[in-house]
Amino acid sequence: MHTFYPPSAVDLSRRRFVQGLALGGTAAALGLLRPVRAADHLSSPVLSGTDFALDIAQMPVNFTGTPSIATVVNGSLPGPVLRWKEGSQVRLRVTNRLHVPTSIHWHGIVLPFNMDGVPGISFDGISPGETFVYQFHVRQSGTYWYHAHSGYQEQTGLLGALIIEPQGRERVVADRDYVVVLNDWSDDNPASIFARLKKNSGYYNTAQPTMADFIHDAHRVGLREAFAMRKMWNAMRMNPTDLSDVSAYTYTYLMNGQTPAGNWTGLFRPGEKLRLRIINGSGMTIFDVRIPGLKMSVISADGQDVEPVSVDEFRIAPAETYDVIVEPQDDRAYTLFAQSIDRSGYARGTLTTRYGVEAEVPAMDQRLWLSMEDMMGDMSSHAHSGMHDMNSMQGMQDMPGMMMHDHAPAAPTKLKTEPGVDMRVANPRTNLDDPGAGLRNNGRRVLTYADLHTIGGPIDPREPERDITLRLTGNMERYMWSFDGVKFSDAEPIRFKHGERLRLVLINDTMMHHPLHLHGMWSEVENADGHFQMRKHTVNVQPAQQISYAITADNPGRWAYHCHMLFHMEAGMFREVVVA
Amino acid sequence: MKRRIHARPRYAWLVFAILGIPCVSAAQDMSAMRMHDEPPPAMHSMDMNDQAAYGMLLVDQLEFTHGYDGNGPRWEAEAWYGDDSDKLWLRSEGEGSRGRIDDGDVEAFWNHAVSAFWSTQLGIRHDLGEGTHRNWAAFGLEGLAPYWVELEATGYLSDAGRVAARGRAEYTLRFTQRLMLQPEFEINLYSKDDATQRIGGGVSDAQLGLRLRYEITRQFAPYVGVVWSRGFGTTAGFARINREPVFDRQFVAGVRFWF
Repeated sequence: MHTFYPPSAVDLSRRRFVQGLALGGTAAALGLLRPVRAADHLSSPVLSGTDFALDIAQMPVNFTGTPSIATVVNGSLPGPVLRWKEGSQVRLRVTNRLHVPTSIHWHGIVLPFNMDGVPGISFDGISPGETFVYQFHVRQSGTYWYHAHSGYQEQTGLLGALIIEPQGRERVVADRDYVVVLNDWSDDNPASIFARLKKNSGYYNTAQPTMADFIHDAHRVGLREAFAMRKMWNAMRMNPTDLSDVSAYTYTYLMNGQTPAGNWTGLFRPGEKLRLRIINGSGMTIFDVRIPGLKMSVISADGQDVEPVSVDEFRIAPAETYDVIVEPQDDRAYTLFAQSIDRSGYARGTLTTRYGVEAEVPAMDQRLWLSMEDMMGDMSSHAHSGMHDMNSMQGMQDMPGMMMHDHAPAAPTKLKTEPGVDMRVANPRTNLDDPGAGLRNNGRRVLTYADLHTIGGPIDPREPERDITLRLTGNMERYMWSFDGVKFSDAEPIRFKHGERLRLVLINDTMMHHPLHLHGMWSEVENADGHFQMRKHTVNVQPAQQISYAITADNPGRWAYHCHMLFHMEAGMFREVVVA
Repeated sequence: MKRRIHARPRYAWLVFAILGIPCVSAAQDMSAMRMHDEPPPAMHSMDMNDQAAYGMLLVDQLEFTHGYDGNGPRWEAEAWYGDDSDKLWLRSEGEGSRGRIDDGDVEAFWNHAVSAFWSTQLGIRHDLGEGTHRNWAAFGLEGLAPYWVELEATGYLSDAGRVAARGRAEYTLRFTQRLMLQPEFEINLYSKDDATQRIGGGVSDAQLGLRLRYEITRQFAPYVGVVWSRGFGTTAGFARINREPVFDRQFVAGVRFWF
């Protein structure tokens, strides 16, 4: 596989920036200088019951050595963990103490649309000084989260965990229960980050292909092969290192609001069963999570219990949640390690039997290039044979699955590129068993969507009556994102008939991941043969992949449907869905 | 290289291009910063940025040159403001010596995205420096060719029925994440001789530059380089008459930056 040279020198300030302050975040800013060993006491407070008062305000923070301003709930980042009970009626009084409108969206919760918290779609938003009362019946259980749906407030800290206890007993009873919220913090204003991406979309990519790589490859596999590896990408004006639009160049990755140096810590006694509720509250970052030395049993995805599956590692896209059980037997520390998909940085915490004991932090994996299947999708006979190695990619320019720019369309749909669409995938991949770029054949057992089976099957046994196909489109150079080449502002709402069962078919015509989130209704993902796989609220569509899910349109109203990469959403990969 | 005879500075256009656009760009950043203090709009709607306009100033070359024909400054810059599909696009290049502009021009276009990697440009060009300050109608194409070659091809039609064309190609070869070589090639064609500007018909001149830059930040990079330029045909004849070199090799040092 393709390797990159590590950065030659990392200066101290850079290290502090990436690793963050040991006692940073809200604690440093508030002067709450508690001992480092009490890091888990710095986790967000837990609020439980049926009545909640949430205050949204700005707050000074310091994660990197540079003071900055966050937008937070009740003075903590992430906001308080809300614990609800299935079957209860909750009442949340949300007060806006900002100078701009705000909102809170209850991510993954099935509720009346006017309680969903999307300004302009579900309600008017919460004006400065105003208090909005959210009130609804809780009809589900599991791990969810909440976040702002206004401007860039979510990216500046307005997010938190939402845990709903089931009405009966938990399917899996654990001795300890930890919430692990991951997010990407930048001292920079998200509006500036977005503006830079519009001007120079490669701004945050610090692993661009270089001559040094080329020489390294030429030395390793020969000049001809080194040219062949690059020919296709360059001919198409696509960048194989384009894994993440925004990287640790500006982000410091946080675990429960703690920097890697801050080291969020969870305690256990050997032999105990720990439930970790991992929530990716990032704006733009996909994490690959593992705990060296421990197997993780995935028991729930997006709050929905699944048949337990034992893995070494899993990929979590923005807005997804996974519950895992770990059972450490030894009296030692373990590192909870979440590296970003582009391997530019990581979030890290520790599970330990005693405060102050840390485990080794693993080195990040090598940065890998996207492979041809991330650009072309189904490579005919090779698609399922695990041909993931770039070295055997010679002569790919003749692949029938390819849709080169300017070429005549071959598929039934119109497959032309246009200003907002820089590539098309004529034959997308449909398999779910691909762990994705950077995780293939890494020697670890990595979770894939094919491993996830929601217990109890679909909520609605009906066959979908119709299909709606949406192509996920974009232009990396111009930094444009859309569905079917049409941005939110230019698009009509998507209409579902109230009560119908329909299928949404998504085809990813880009080289990036798009975690798509439908508000208010479940997405019941099917495998390539159309059989029910799992129920999710956020479905991560891999590059050049086709994925489909069934929806029961039983929740009337106006809903948001969008990519949860927040800059993709801002750029227009967003639709209003009307159920009537 | 052409020498200016009559000092007739017309800096207004240049000042507009070089100073006016950063203001737009800066105003943009300010508006982004201000968002926290703005009063809430009466009607709250979707907070989406898919129609937003942005502005950018890119000074690709701002350098001091040293060649057979003396020393002087040179610039090449562009600035735009607009949304994904339509932009106001300004472009300027030129060089000077002894406190004067020898030759150069300022262009203003309506830039319209027509395909994934290409935009059309429709607008005007105004000549600076020595000789007649001609105005041209300009039409062209700007974009990214396969293998990451940035291309500009522009045709010009002047008030006096003259026709001209300019092509420019640029590539960035990365040695490391910060150190990169930028080859640039430019060629100019004219339909008629212009004795005042000392330009001959046909292929009048071509220029090849190699600039090695180091990106201290993404937005600021000093560089050094070498530029070979040559006049052809009648242009070369004009140069000989004025005892100026037909071929020049310049060493350059400068900065590249953008907002």
